[in-house]
Amino acid sequence: MTQTTTLPSTAGADEAVPAVEVTDLVKRYGRSTTNAVDGLSFAVRRGEVFGLLGPNGAGKTTTVGVLTTRVRKTSGLATVAGIDVAADPVGARAVLGVVPQRPNLDRSLDARGNLIWHAAYHGVPRARRRALADELLERMGLLEKATTNPDELSGGQAQRLIIARGLMHAPQVLFLDEPSTGLDPQARLFVHDRVVELAASGVTVVLTTHDMDEAAKLADRVGIVDHGKLLALDSPSGLVAGLPGEATIDLVLSGADVAAVQGRIKEVRGVAGVEDRSDDTSSLLRVRADGEAGAALAPVLGAVADAGATVSQVELGEPTLEDVFIDLTGRGLR
Amino acid sequence: MSAPTTAGPGQARAFLGVLGRDIAVTGKEFGSFISQVLMQPFFLLFVFGVVLGQLGYVTPGYAQLLLPGLLALNAFFVAVQATAIPLVIDFSYTKEIEDRLLAPLSTRLVAVEKIVFGASRGLFGSLVMIPVGYIVLDEVNWVLSGLPFAALLLVLGSLSGGAAGLVLGTLVSPRKINVVFALVVTPLLFTGSTQFPFLQLENLRWFQVICALNPITYVSEGLRGALTPAVPHLAGWVCLLALVASCLIFGAIGIQGFLRRALD
Repeated sequence: MTQTTTLPSTAGADEAVPAVEVTDLVKRYGRSTTNAVDGLSFAVRRGEVFGLLGPNGAGKTTTVGVLTTRVRKTSGLATVAGIDVAADPVGARAVLGVVPQRPNLDRSLDARGNLIWHAAYHGVPRARRRALADELLERMGLLEKATTNPDELSGGQAQRLIIARGLMHAPQVLFLDEPSTGLDPQARLFVHDRVVELAASGVTVVLTTHDMDEAAKLADRVGIVDHGKLLALDSPSGLVAGLPGEATIDLVLSGADVAAVQGRIKEVRGVAGVEDRSDDTSSLLRVRADGEAGAALAPVLGAVADAGATVSQVELGEPTLEDVFIDLTGRGLR
Repeated sequence: MSAPTTAGPGQARAFLGVLGRDIAVTGKEFGSFISQVLMQPFFLLFVFGVVLGQLGYVTPGYAQLLLPGLLALNAFFVAVQATAIPLVIDFSYTKEIEDRLLAPLSTRLVAVEKIVFGASRGLFGSLVMIPVGYIVLDEVNWVLSGLPFAALLLVLGSLSGGAAGLVLGTLVSPRKINVVFALVVTPLLFTGSTQFPFLQLENLRWFQVICALNPITYVSEGLRGALTPAVPHLAGWVCLLALVASCLIFGAIGIQGFLRRALD
């Protein structure tokens, strides 16, 4: 068994052509009055892991739908491996693989059958289908489940089988739509490891997620989307570095009006911003500080005391992609 | 629209792959498939052809008239069911068809595959009625020279059924499938000139008009013309034309419906 059998078929592919290119893409569904995707543009380099990060309903799945030929664009241009997906959907389907948000395994077939017939649809020579299927089942830790019906697989196993299926025809670009939603932490980790492996073997990966940790961990670059528009695009560290402030101080408060405390803290030297992250159960402020968090801590706590509030918990940290999202939209990701 | 711009051997291979999957799945469920296909026509044949005959309520020649009708009925109905029911479930709940919609095959051809597969099940369901007829009935007097034309009619009838199934499968929501099957299927069952010769309905003109709208009529009548020409029947060319028209009309509507369901 060799890894080479599942390498992308880049033979003849022009390295200069982006793996995925989206230009001014607009999608408006039938009766809707707003655009689900509203003038999106980005390009994904070959071999890159590209993440589309945004809350539910941001237009991520629609964008992937257009790129994978299942959703018809309203205007703009979308290409995969240089192929215009609207003009040549059949050609595009040959070079892309899809891991959909909802499991859609063929329950009339067993696990191996799902892979073998997928290979048949894609014209993989009959003699190679079974060996290839078993190789991928093994890579996904599913070899002992080869004859199991998809109904009897756990969520994580089904997801791995879907990834294996998406790889059976050695696609140049693999699209993963919310790949770890609904999985337990262990299954999630396994899926993450497979994505890292794929990228290492040269497959371009486009994934959507509303999970900032997943995006930060897996993606070389992240596009932040909201209301169908691209708000920012950079590496995870680049996005975070673009935020004002280099450290965060989380304060859990009691005993005073949060807005009043927020106002006081803003006036402290070295504080770059304060966000109210309170929920129903507790009052939480996140303070972003220039320089080290430790230096700003004492004056910040002093300001809280001046406002007549008590701090019940303090946590120091570094800003995350979620801070970037809040900075861009004023809202949390979920 | 999914204009097939990369036609050629790739799409033919993908088409055969998708068709192969459907046939393989049918093969795995062969026992249940064959019992579904045979049960209803077997009892129709047995009760109307044998029981009522022996009791003297129908004339001995009636079974001769009924058997071609049942072949026609199965060709169309098995095809309708084989196409419609899985599609309703696939598009609404399981989404299992998505992997085939993502095959390097134009979406139209996936729809055509559904018709062809449904038709092949219909054709099979119709052909197995022949030995059943020979076993259940005392005698079957067919003009064997009519067999090639009969085969052509059965193929067209099956294709027409597959296309009608595509229309139903893409238009009907799963919550309504039971109602639709009761409201559409039952009338189709009894207006297909399966159990009576179409031309002898002249005193029931309104019913004859309704029967004329049912594609099964043209399969039944055509088969009688080919196999049992002694029974009054419609001219062969009329049947042929009506079935081709039915394939084209249902096919066009069904493929449009399929595209609408397959692509957002």
